[in-house]
Amino acid sequence: MIAQVQAMSTPDVAWSALAPLLALVGGALVLLLVSTLTTAKPPRGAYAIITVLAAVFAIGSAMAIWDRVTDPSQGPYAAVAGALSIDGFTVFLTIVIAVGVALAAMLCDDYLRREGLDGPELYVLLLLAAAGGLVMAMANDLIVLFLGLESLSIALYVAAGFHRRRASSREAAMKYFVLGAFSSAFLLYGIALVYGATGSTNLVKISAFLSHNVLEREGLLLAGFALLLVGLGFKVSAVPFHVWTPDVYQGAPTPVTAFMASASKAAAFAALLRVFVTTFYAQRVDWQPLIAGLAVATLVVGAVLAIVQSDVKRMMAYSSISHAGFILVGVQVASARGTSSALFYLLAYTFLIVGTFGVATVVGRRGDAAHAITDYRGLGSRRPGLALVFTVFLLAQAGVPLTTGFLAKFYVINAAVEARSYWLAIVAMLSAVVSAFLYLRVVVAMYMSEPGAAADADGRLQIPAGAGIALALAVAFTLVVGVVPDRVAHWADRAVPVLTDKAG
Amino acid sequence: MDVGASWYLVLAAMIFAIGALGLMVRRNPLVMFMCIELMLNAVNLTFVTFSRELNDIGGQVIVFFVLVVAAAEVTVGLGIIVAILRRRPGITADDVSALKG
Repeated sequence: MIAQVQAMSTPDVAWSALAPLLALVGGALVLLLVSTLTTAKPPRGAYAIITVLAAVFAIGSAMAIWDRVTDPSQGPYAAVAGALSIDGFTVFLTIVIAVGVALAAMLCDDYLRREGLDGPELYVLLLLAAAGGLVMAMANDLIVLFLGLESLSIALYVAAGFHRRRASSREAAMKYFVLGAFSSAFLLYGIALVYGATGSTNLVKISAFLSHNVLEREGLLLAGFALLLVGLGFKVSAVPFHVWTPDVYQGAPTPVTAFMASASKAAAFAALLRVFVTTFYAQRVDWQPLIAGLAVATLVVGAVLAIVQSDVKRMMAYSSISHAGFILVGVQVASARGTSSALFYLLAYTFLIVGTFGVATVVGRRGDAAHAITDYRGLGSRRPGLALVFTVFLLAQAGVPLTTGFLAKFYVINAAVEARSYWLAIVAMLSAVVSAFLYLRVVVAMYMSEPGAAADADGRLQIPAGAGIALALAVAFTLVVGVVPDRVAHWADRAVPVLTDKAG
Repeated sequence: MDVGASWYLVLAAMIFAIGALGLMVRRNPLVMFMCIELMLNAVNLTFVTFSRELNDIGGQVIVFFVLVVAAAEVTVGLGIIVAILRRRPGITADDVSALKG
């Protein structure tokens, strides 16, 4: 018996490839341990600094992997018995997700103190959610993908309900939980059907099986595609699976909303790109029309419904739906160009949306309730700097040149035109025009209307240090990369996912 | 009568559909949880059936992963429900509707 146990081979764990993941999980454990073992109150901002350090360490170790996987003599490889795929795509998304968690942590710092919720828990949840997102981005196996998605989602269910005293936060948690669990079940059923059709859940084996065999039961695989699309469509909030998005984004604590809109969405798109565009590339005629349909519906519904909102958080939720439509256009193209345009969009959008919700965090004031568009009236005269920063984010989201938002939209539409998806490109451009109206509506409210009486009573808005740094970083990225995008665009070009089972 | 693999697959599909339908029509939060469990266990049945049919142990291993995930999900979900019920006893999913538009 003992001899048998010794003979069992265990997978070789590639610690260097897992370093970004370990940094995030390690950061979460350090936070929990330190806060449990010390009785003294920690210095202000200590939790946020630990979180940001963990994220920075994750980015640093990811960059070390980048050099290895882009070196032609070594190239991408699979780690942990082929369960995780380490390639440029993994590194790029690691950076996107780590940036999302770092910026969200900076927003959390003052927010939690302002709302009387200070403690390490929310940072731990965000770090664990980010680790789940990382697992999704590097998953080389559908079950690993599912586990990553669940660690991301379960942590976020709690984070959405973190503002316990606000009924809307509890409601957001409940709605997110029910619809999230619903969509996970669909995703899992899709995985089961793909497993039944191909005999494996490993993406490399699935792809190899499909290229060497003619399927007897094609219907099983197609049903699997449809269910996988439903499951992932929920997570990226594609119409018609978007109904949870506005409620949850509005009700969740604003820094958590920033994280959900950036890192969580990036992880879901990573899964979509790796599973559909890379693994099921040969079957693209089957799923391309489905994603094209989703993209059109998402672009149109997101932009149109955003216009009629009067709550800025809700409006940005709908606008994030329409952004998801743009990224879906990049996914639908199913080419290296489409994938890299989607990746560039995700990176640009992470900074934009965290910045947008960062301003909303500051303007929300104590109670996190002042999010009506009337609360932004006169912001241009009361806090000119904050209003200017918000204007940059809004114009960038609208796609004004010299910002990353313009380039992101340009690359996606360019990829669609190259693939002769003219209709999609036209719908995307029309949607951009429609949504420009809603961003300008907020800008007009800030600069061209008088502040309400309630705003005067509140006195001057304070911009806390953490949020200030996060906003400054986001604006700097949006403008600098908007003017000189070559380097980042080049990285995105080289970050296309690769299927490999070559051990590291 | 010969009960083949397709019977199990059809049964799983039916259980999954019952769960999905129940989640949409029932308004009691706890019953909605049970419907989610029903959906996940229907998928487990599918995995085990395919695992047996393909003669591959992988599908059965997956079931253990799913069970753990389902347990974690229920823990968090019950926490959320308790947080809501403590404020307003006897609440149904229809009453949680402050956010809309």
